[in-house]
Amino acid sequence: MRPILLQGHERSLTQIKYNKEGDLLFSCSKDHVINVWFTHNGERLGTYDGHNGTVWTIDVDAESRFLVSGSADNCMKLWNVATGKCLYTWEFPTAIKRVAFSQDDDQIVCITEQRMGYQSTVRVFDINKEGDGTAQSKEPTYMFSPIGSKATVCAFPYMNDLILTGHESGKLALFDVKTGDEVLNNERAHMDTITDLQMSPDRTYFITSSKDKTARLHDTKTLMVLKTYPTETPLNSAAIAPKRPYVLLGGGQEAMSVTTTSLRQGKFETRFWHKLFEEEVGRVKGHFGPINTIAVHPAGSSYSSGGEDGFVRVHHFDESYWKAKPYGDMDIED
Amino acid sequence: MDGHPFDAKHTFMTNYFTDIEKFANMDETYVEPKTEEYKPREHLRAWLADPQGRDQYGIYRGNDVEIHWHGKPSQREQAYKHSEWTDLYISWSPQGTYMTTLHRQGVQLWGGPSWQLQQRFAHPYVKLLDFSPCEQYLVTWSNEPIVVPEGALQGPRYFSPIDEGNHIAVWDIKSGNMLRTFPAAQAEGEEPGSKKQLQWPAFKWSPDDKFVARVTPGQQISVYELPSMGLQAKKSIKIEGVVDFEWCPLGDKDREDAEKEAKAGAKTTRKLKENMLVYWTPEVANQPARVTLMNFPSRSILRQKNLFNVSECKLYWQNQGDFLCVKVDRHTKTKKTLFCNLEIFRVREKDYPVEVVELKDTVLEFSWEPKGERFAIVFSNDPNLGNPGPGITIKTDVSFFQLHRQKGDFRLLRNLPGRTSNTIRWSPRGRFVLLATVGSSTKSELEFWDLDFNTEDVGRKENVKDEWGSSIQHLGTADHYGVTDAEWDPSGRYLATHASAWRHTLENGYAIWDFKGQELEKHILDRFKQFLWRPRPKTLLTKEQQKQIRKNLREYSRAFDEEDAAEESNVSAELIAHRKRLVDEWNAWRLRCREELGEERRKKGGKVDGEEGPREETKEEIEVWVEELIEQVEEEVVE
Repeated sequence: MRPILLQGHERSLTQIKYNKEGDLLFSCSKDHVINVWFTHNGERLGTYDGHNGTVWTIDVDAESRFLVSGSADNCMKLWNVATGKCLYTWEFPTAIKRVAFSQDDDQIVCITEQRMGYQSTVRVFDINKEGDGTAQSKEPTYMFSPIGSKATVCAFPYMNDLILTGHESGKLALFDVKTGDEVLNNERAHMDTITDLQMSPDRTYFITSSKDKTARLHDTKTLMVLKTYPTETPLNSAAIAPKRPYVLLGGGQEAMSVTTTSLRQGKFETRFWHKLFEEEVGRVKGHFGPINTIAVHPAGSSYSSGGEDGFVRVHHFDESYWKAKPYGDMDIED
Repeated sequence: MDGHPFDAKHTFMTNYFTDIEKFANMDETYVEPKTEEYKPREHLRAWLADPQGRDQYGIYRGNDVEIHWHGKPSQREQAYKHSEWTDLYISWSPQGTYMTTLHRQGVQLWGGPSWQLQQRFAHPYVKLLDFSPCEQYLVTWSNEPIVVPEGALQGPRYFSPIDEGNHIAVWDIKSGNMLRTFPAAQAEGEEPGSKKQLQWPAFKWSPDDKFVARVTPGQQISVYELPSMGLQAKKSIKIEGVVDFEWCPLGDKDREDAEKEAKAGAKTTRKLKENMLVYWTPEVANQPARVTLMNFPSRSILRQKNLFNVSECKLYWQNQGDFLCVKVDRHTKTKKTLFCNLEIFRVREKDYPVEVVELKDTVLEFSWEPKGERFAIVFSNDPNLGNPGPGITIKTDVSFFQLHRQKGDFRLLRNLPGRTSNTIRWSPRGRFVLLATVGSSTKSELEFWDLDFNTEDVGRKENVKDEWGSSIQHLGTADHYGVTDAEWDPSGRYLATHASAWRHTLENGYAIWDFKGQELEKHILDRFKQFLWRPRPKTLLTKEQQKQIRKNLREYSRAFDEEDAAEESNVSAELIAHRKRLVDEWNAWRLRCREELGEERRKKGGKVDGEEGPREETKEEIEVWVEELIEQVEEEVVE
């Protein structure tokens, strides 16, 4: 499993995303640039220029037509994936920390940072897919501000009219988009800030990673913890591997304290855990800084990790990954 | 003065002045005390009767205290868990009977198979504690002086107004009664309240629990008798300049003799062996420094040794009380360079012969082999010694010495140069020793050594005539990053190392190794603080029984091997069944999820069926993904 090293960013990675077919990989970084790469050879297809601050988050729709990005320059931008043109820009009072497309690509949810007297706010926009996509409504369709701990991550669950959020306190919550009411929450999902949230393919369960050094699998409907994967470092990202019963966790000593620790203590490795048995099955080394973001190919054939060191590493799984049955022959549903 | 007999008929009685008011207001009517129903209590040493003969250990992590069984992998299990059990730290009593927890209100002792509260001692803001060796008494210390507020509980278990202002308290464990309190030790000429490193244990127990003594630096050693806690012979031992002292520990043989004597009862007229203590005084003016062995309670001086150019002495008893080593740090006339002498007293021999081992370097660590006649030292001539800085690991040498039976002196057995080890941990049964580099940010090596490698039987080594020092063998090297301490289990088979969050916050947790340096388990646990093996009391088997067991070891081991094999196959079957169950549960849950998902979509779909039916169809032609098709319907709902 020789990784492909993608060297296109000058600063640490913030998020990476595969498109639905898995032939493209989008990456964004603190250097204000969004890149798109061919996953099979690591060639760079192009960039999306226009942001004037750290790009915190990106998401791409199922047709690979639109890309949405959120940045510290208080702008959220909609891009044409094929041409690299910025189609529309929304401006907010504070930075955008997280964006996500709905399952049917008709809506976007975004979280803005809590700063300068503004509350952390969740906004949902309807996307007008007619025409060239430049005619978007300036105003959000729905908007609400969660009370209490600020939201750090969000996604659309499989249920309609709900938004799933993860919070700084470690809380998970489901909000009704129309009223902004908290429909359900799990206050003790994590003990510290939730750093990443990735849905399973059918969105009935999801994985979260947290600064409390654990990643957990949750039931979307009840928000109850299904599985826990405890590690010894703060985690920045967690992903579910389709078709194989594994989850991938990444993290490491916090960026600010990295210089005080040696490489071996940092644990800058991607860990593979068995999704059901909650046992670690393997590690992949490579980064020389904490891993900030992990994404798995939608078909489960490769995975990528983006690090604080500014590199993205694309790993195509070997044949042995598919054949190996470390726990014997077992039929495990995805 | 209380209880002083004036003559045969008259005895002088005293009461505290503060009690007068209390007596005056005493309720005169007699109330019959209720007889409490006798409830049988749990056996406090139940853990020793474990059918698998496992040892226990306690860990303190975050706010949780956990007690675990340690054995073969299949036998490891949690025995008990208690959140918020202690406010400061935990401690076992010296024979493992009690688990001690410290609280703002005082100390609590727990024990028995269900870990019930056994005793409590109300000493507010207690910080340190020390048990007597036979678990009869407890000494506690708090940095806050004792305050007895108005209306505080009174009784033999609580402080009374005369205890106010004191720091140290002595308690009887069985009754829970407070025996006596003491002010904090104050050295001569020292201003009260000055911040000096507290010496702990402040009170040192004689090995038979009969006496407890404390030193007033520069003046005297005060010995108190138990259980009355009165000053022995009504006066302290005045010693000009005394710095420190140690009781001689009781050897197995001494203990046997004592027991025999106790059995023989009053018939024997032979005098019981007295306790022994050693103390040292530094150089003053023209007087040399002096180490003195003294018998107690007769207070007769057994042996004295004068020393010159002494800057510091440390007293180390071998645990059987056979040898005493006085580690003397000496300086040259210019007081610039330090070097070290080991003055070894052979206590069992007539006239207490003293032997000197001279070393050119500074000795950092000294340790006797338990029940043995060997010791290990760590010494160094590193220029960085004395100015520790971050990232500096001091280079050290380790040496083993052994008593040469024929020649009758201690000789170098082996020198291991160029190490970084700074900690010696002998197995409690001798023979095996661990050399560790502790507290360094860059090195954390653990070296396992065997000192009787060529001897098959641990039994007796006199008849083996092999070359001097040839039976030392390096067994293994391991590494535990960030290790802060190491401890052998009471059987000497396993070693535990841990990295405590009290020292640093990197990779806290603990590991357990076998005596060869093989890692058996490792747990990286966030906010891990403390690891403590539960000590065992002295064995109840006689010498003959032990010999019998050693002889039949082969028989036993065959039975154990069979047990192991059976267990192993059992365990793997169990594990597979457990995994199968997990998979089944998961698959069942997924199936349920899928049904729910389908229902949700159908429900939404049905609602909008009429209006948007046609559009759905047109979409169908374009879309490849069936899921997508249904999603389109969802969109309608949002509208």
